[in-house]
Amino acid sequence: MSTVTDRLRGLDARRVELVSLPRQWWGSLPTPARWVVLVVLAALLVALPVLNPPLLSTPDSDFPTVLFIVGVYCIAALGLNIVVGLAGLLDLGYVGFYAVGAYSVAVFGSPSSALATHFPWLVCIPIAIALSMVAGVLLGSPTLRLRGDYLAIVTLGFGEIVRLTALNSSKLGGAAGITEVPAPPGHHADGSPVFGVLDAKPYYWLALVVIFLIVIASRNLERSRVGRAWLAIREDEDAAELMGVPTFKFKLWAFAMGAAVGGLAGAVFAGQQGFINPESFQIQLSILFLAAVVVGGAGNRLGVVVGAVLVAYLPERFRALAEYRILVFGLALLLMSVFRPQGLLPSKRREVELAVRREAVDA
Amino acid sequence: MPDETLLELRDVTLRFGGVTALDGVGFEIRRGEILGLIGPNGAGKTTCFNVMTGVYQPTAGAVYFEGAKLGRRKRYKITQLGIARTFQNIRLFPEMTALENVMVGADARHRTSVVSALLRLPRHRREEREGRAAGLELLRMVGIEHRAGEAARNLPYGDQRRLEIARALATGPTLLCLDEPAAGFNPAEKERLLALIRHIRDQGYTVLLIEHDMRLVMGVTDRIVVLEFGRKIAEGTPAEIRDNPAVIAAYLGVPEDAARAE
Repeated sequence: MSTVTDRLRGLDARRVELVSLPRQWWGSLPTPARWVVLVVLAALLVALPVLNPPLLSTPDSDFPTVLFIVGVYCIAALGLNIVVGLAGLLDLGYVGFYAVGAYSVAVFGSPSSALATHFPWLVCIPIAIALSMVAGVLLGSPTLRLRGDYLAIVTLGFGEIVRLTALNSSKLGGAAGITEVPAPPGHHADGSPVFGVLDAKPYYWLALVVIFLIVIASRNLERSRVGRAWLAIREDEDAAELMGVPTFKFKLWAFAMGAAVGGLAGAVFAGQQGFINPESFQIQLSILFLAAVVVGGAGNRLGVVVGAVLVAYLPERFRALAEYRILVFGLALLLMSVFRPQGLLPSKRREVELAVRREAVDA
Repeated sequence: MPDETLLELRDVTLRFGGVTALDGVGFEIRRGEILGLIGPNGAGKTTCFNVMTGVYQPTAGAVYFEGAKLGRRKRYKITQLGIARTFQNIRLFPEMTALENVMVGADARHRTSVVSALLRLPRHRREEREGRAAGLELLRMVGIEHRAGEAARNLPYGDQRRLEIARALATGPTLLCLDEPAAGFNPAEKERLLALIRHIRDQGYTVLLIEHDMRLVMGVTDRIVVLEFGRKIAEGTPAEIRDNPAVIAAYLGVPEDAARAE
């Protein structure tokens, strides 16, 4: 009997060991070595579409385009992580903000839209972010008084409302959508645009820059009064309020920040596509974003990025699988929530807990 | 100064449907004292806490803090006003570290906005430093400084109770309300807690203490209010309460012949 429990304990200890190995290694590196590792990793990431490595590359579709889409998923997942992972608010309609961002760029930038303001891309991006935030606040102020399942249901409805509005409004192009969405500025020496239709590499690099900025921003927020308030709300909303946290205000902020990032993801996506229609903003996308957050590890930025890469890249790499992606990720979502609710890469707090257990095992 | 009223419940009645949880309860807490709130199970002690911290609105009557009516203030505003509490059943933020738990409390007095956190403006960095220092200081005061980096859920039971006290103190209260802080403690731990409560009072805080353990209440409080079935049945110094027939009856029951004589 005791041998069985001992063996189980030994196995668990080894698992704990394995999980924290990379972080231990990282912790043991001197600062200059860390910088070297980071620079090499960053260089590899930047060079990825040029290297086109044989095993990673996607034989059935254009590799840089796939990488760009993966990047867009990463941006969206990082945004959704603020709402779901940090503040603990289950948002099933995140695609709604993504759509608002994409349509903002299209409506304000395209010469063929109803507005026909024909703003350049650089002007459209702040507009897209601002409008997505407004959408977040509009959705949040009545609904954030709801909790848990009720909030999930209302946000689910919101995602669909945005798509159906676009589908049924002729001003927004209806089912045909809007064409001639502006691309980011810049020309090569020969006069051809940097962000062209044929080459997705510049878009991928743009996505990398955006991801980098968002990682910094959400890291700053997380390590502040704001991030602590979000975590406290996630852990125990009533206790948080009684400890002086204005819970409604911070929930609304979480929604607004998440919406802004989601809108930005949509805006970047629309620029690369050149045209958008409601087809691109199906409800499944909300579920995929959520799968990225939950599978990767809610609350952990790196985990969420890994989740987004899995969710966006795997179906492109294994095209035979693509048709079943919703099925597969739905199943993954279910299994994860039952067997590994903390996700593939647990957040730092979870890591603390594991470390404490390792000490206990050693003792 | 010692007789100055800090908080006053004036004829507070609270009904839930047909149940009267508090029935015209009135008492005051004086600045700088330790007031004990005792009574049998279901007497309405925690309900009193909930009315004072804005969790419930009284059906009739009102709560006055530093002379002003609490009214329909939001719960977090009441905390910022200077009333902090702990919970009978521990309610920490389990996945956050001990230090983070306390810093959430300290944030009640901070003004860092989303923008200044996003851009790491000077205010954010100053408040972060302050909150961290104040948090560590409080953890040291309650005696769990060495656990600052551990997730709250992993702390031993007694340390969790201490962390709750530290978190409440971090909000910078004038009045600290402790809801059965010694529940589940052994005599040695209770002794240490007594010393801590006295120390907290000596730091200038006013303490309201709900406690079941009569010895503990008698040993540390300046005055005691006794509730039974939502009514106040006695109020006075520990010595007066100990000899009060109504209190003895409430706690031990009335002897049969005495009951017959009434």
